[in-house]
Parts: sequence; structure tokens; C-alpha cells
Amino acid sequence: MVLDVNWTVKWLTLCAQAMAEHRLELIELDRAIGDSDHGENMDRGFQAVLAKLDEDMPETPGAALKMTAMTLMSKVGGAAGPLYGTAFLRAATAVGDAIEVEPAAWAGALAAARDGIVARGKAEPGDKTMVDAWTPAVDAARVVADGGSPDVLDVLVAAAEAAEAGAVATDPLVARKGRASYLGERSAGHRDPGAVSTALILRAAVGAAA
Amino acid sequence: MKKLINDPRSVVDETVQGFGLAHAGLVSVSTDPLFISRQDVPVAGKVGLVSGGGSGHEPLHAGYVGLGMLDAAVPGAVFTSPTPDQILPATLAVDSGAGVVHIVKNYTGDVLNFETAAELAEAEGVSVRTVLVNDDVAVEDSLYTAGRRGVGGTVLVEKIAGAAAQRGDDLEAVAAIAERVNANVRTMGVALAACTVPHAGTPGFDLAEDEIEIGIGIHGEPGRHRIPMESADAITDRLLGPVLADLKVSSGDKVLLFVNGMGGTPLSELYIVYRRAAQIVADAGATVERSLVGNYITSLEMQGCSISVLRLDDELTALWDAPVHTAALRWGV
Repeated sequence: MVLDVNWTVKWLTLCAQAMAEHRLELIELDRAIGDSDHGENMDRGFQAVLAKLDEDMPETPGAALKMTAMTLMSKVGGAAGPLYGTAFLRAATAVGDAIEVEPAAWAGALAAARDGIVARGKAEPGDKTMVDAWTPAVDAARVVADGGSPDVLDVLVAAAEAAEAGAVATDPLVARKGRASYLGERSAGHRDPGAVSTALILRAAVGAAA
Repeated sequence: MKKLINDPRSVVDETVQGFGLAHAGLVSVSTDPLFISRQDVPVAGKVGLVSGGGSGHEPLHAGYVGLGMLDAAVPGAVFTSPTPDQILPATLAVDSGAGVVHIVKNYTGDVLNFETAAELAEAEGVSVRTVLVNDDVAVEDSLYTAGRRGVGGTVLVEKIAGAAAQRGDDLEAVAAIAERVNANVRTMGVALAACTVPHAGTPGFDLAEDEIEIGIGIHGEPGRHRIPMESADAITDRLLGPVLADLKVSSGDKVLLFVNGMGGTPLSELYIVYRRAAQIVADAGATVERSLVGNYITSLEMQGCSISVLRLDDELTALWDAPVHTAALRWGV
């Protein structure tokens, strides 16, 4: 298994499927602590990514990630558009024009994506945002990638599992950033929709490699 | 859910199409990317004013495009900020070379998307100044939240900054006037019943029949507390008290008093609220120099209202009185 452009395109396709399948779930999570638009916006954004892939097949993983970044930035809106757009753009820059991305380089790309989100959104771990899914994913991916002769699938699985656990762990948190922050204490007891969509994206990366 | 719509996914496009047809003499509509601009942009020598945000707050912002107010409005999906690929072309379209002011309500999504668009515009050689509107006193702890939200004061910022641009102020001066209005306006709202985002299909939050939410945001974000229903006078006291205290309104101040409907409350009830609000302002020793009552920044069909107080000085009053010709505000022309 290698992370080449075919894997990247399959990943993005599975992301679009996941957003369509979980659209209502994300809307419902966002209704509880936000403004009911996250599922709609993510679905629209990744459908637009699919349309772009139909028009013009990228030649490298980096090119596919960059196209995704520009599309999400221009189609998603809300906070999620610029945040995911920045994440994919930083990941694209990190992998450069490599034909195949090595495990360590992929762990680095995830870290770059997370750093981009933090730079734009100014959220820290524990603020009940997508950063709470990204940060454990980045840490878990790095541990596996830094181990002896890492298998790339193991890196993807570690990131997805950590992101999923991170999303669940947002349940008791009180939001300090984004629209949920206006709820204060009342935001506790709900899962952050951005952390859930992050886990869906990183889980789709595993599906594309399986 | 019963709504006069055709398809939840085409609500914004069809709203803008209808708006463009109804006000054809006043505005031009760009359908892709979607934005609404004055017929005569760019206006030679004039600083351009662009605002935007999620749809569902009509007449904000497209209703304020025209002479003496905005040069362009950029609508996002319902309650979702617009994207840089809309904001950038709107910014370029209104720039006459004098620069552009972005008036942005303080929400994470709006701030991030306008920030990105401003960077791109600067890269294309257009000077952009961004003014954040954050007049909502319901948000008490700005340190642990995304900060105070932009609500009713946005309409007043757009009118007064628009008049400053129309009289020929330069970029820094228009931005400074907008900042001055924002610094002198405070708002608080109440919801009696929630609204339903068309694509969500269910109300954005749940309020019992006898409950109200004091300090509601314009997307149904919660406010300070949820209490049992009270009389109009009692609710007005609860809203205006924190507004006057936060603005430190004192004897001798001249103010603009703005009672805004959220979309589902009849004008008669807004006047009942205004009646009490005017009494309270007078009791504080201040003078209501100007007033505005009506549905100017709404939340779909939400039932409720907000009360804004703007402390006026002679210049702000003159700019408020200056001619304006838009779909939703018109006087002096």
C-alpha cells in the first residue's frame, strides 16, 4: 500500500460519501450547540470536490490536496470552509510534488494541517473544536510513523482512531471558540460537530487504503 | 414546517433573484459568484463599502445596497458566512481606487472568510480596512467565547459609514467612523419562539410555550438566561438595563433608539416595546434624538426583538440624517 494519487482521489471520494451519509447527523450535532449548518456545508463542499475531480484528474497527491483546499475554501462557507481549506492547503504544501507520500511525510502533513487550523482559528486543545480531534490524531500518527519500519496503513488507522476518540472526548468540554462558545456551560454534554467531521475525514483515509 | 419555498437548497438563489427583479433600478445581481451591488459601481473617487454574512437576516445586507449605504452585499447560505470567492469579486467590483471597507459581524466564520478575501484583495492591489461589529452585550465573557456578536448595531454602522463614504471621506476616515459607531452602540435581544433553517427542517432550538430566551443571538445562539414569559414592559427592562449600563449612558446623552423585530413579531408589539424603552431612556436623563422601529436585521421567522442604543454626537446625527436610497431604508432622496 502506498499513498499515491489514486489513494488520494479514493480518499476524497470516500470523504464525499461520508459527508453525504452523515449530513443529517452533523446538522443535528450542530443544531444542539451551533447553527444547524455544518452537515449541509460539508456535504456541499465535498460534492464540489467530486465535481472538480470529474473535470480534471490531478497528477500528484499534493495537487489533489491543493484542489480540495481551494474548493472547500470557496464552497463550504462558515468557519469550516477556511479552516478545512487551510488544513488541506498546508498538507498539500507539506507533501510537495511527491508521487508517493512516505509514512513519516504523511504524519508531517497531518501536523501541518493541524497547525494551519490552529493558526487560522486560534483554538487550543480543550476548546471543544476540531482541534480536539486533529491534535490526538497528529500525535498518534507521529508515534507510529517514528517507529521502526512503519506501515502506512497503521499510520492512517492510528490517526483515525485517535480522532474518533478525540471527538468523543469533546462531549464533556465547555466550548471556548466558535458559535458553541456562546452556550458556555450549556455546551457541555454535546459532541463538537467539527471534531466529528474531522474523524470522518481521517476514517475515510483508512477506507481508501484498505 | 410550512414555508413559502420551492426547494430548501435554492432558497438563497431565489431570494436574490426576486430581490434583483424587485429593485432592478437600484441594484445589479451577480449570480456566479453571488453578490449584489449598486447599479453604478465603482463610484468614482468614493470608498467602497462591502458587507455580507449568512442569509436569513433580510433585509440585511442586500436591502442596504444603494446610495449612501453599501456598495455591495455578499450573501452566504442561510446562517452561513459567504466565501472568499464571492467576497473578493464584490470587493474588486466596488473599488474605484479609493479602497474598500469590509463591515463584518463578529462571528468566527464571517471573520475568517472576510479575512481571507481581504488578503487576496490586497494581493491584487486593493486597500481594504475591516471593521468588526460586536455590539451584543448579552455575551458577558468575551475572554472565553468567540467574543461579542454583531447584531442590531450592524444596520447603524452600515448607514452611518455609508453616509461618510458618500460625502467623500477617505478610506481611513470611513473606517474610523464605522469604528466610532461600533464603539458607541450596544444591543440585546430576546426570542419568544425559535426559527427554522430551511435545510434543517426543525427549529434551531427548543423553547417551551411559556419560556423566553433573554440575550438571544441572530442565529438563535443562546443568551444570558432562559426565563418564564413576562409582560412587554418587564422584558424591555431586562433588555435595556444591561444595554444602558454597558454603554454607560448618562444624563444629557443624546441617543438613537432602535427597536428591531426578529422577523416573526408584529410591528404593533415592537411599538409597545419602543414605548417602554423611550420611557426608560428619558428616566435616565438621556434624549432620544433619532429612532428606528421595524424589521431591519431578522432571524428568519423568529419571534422576538432586539433593542439597540447608539450614543450620538452632532457628526453621527448628521450622517444618520444624510440621504439614503436603498431597498430597505430610504429618506432625503
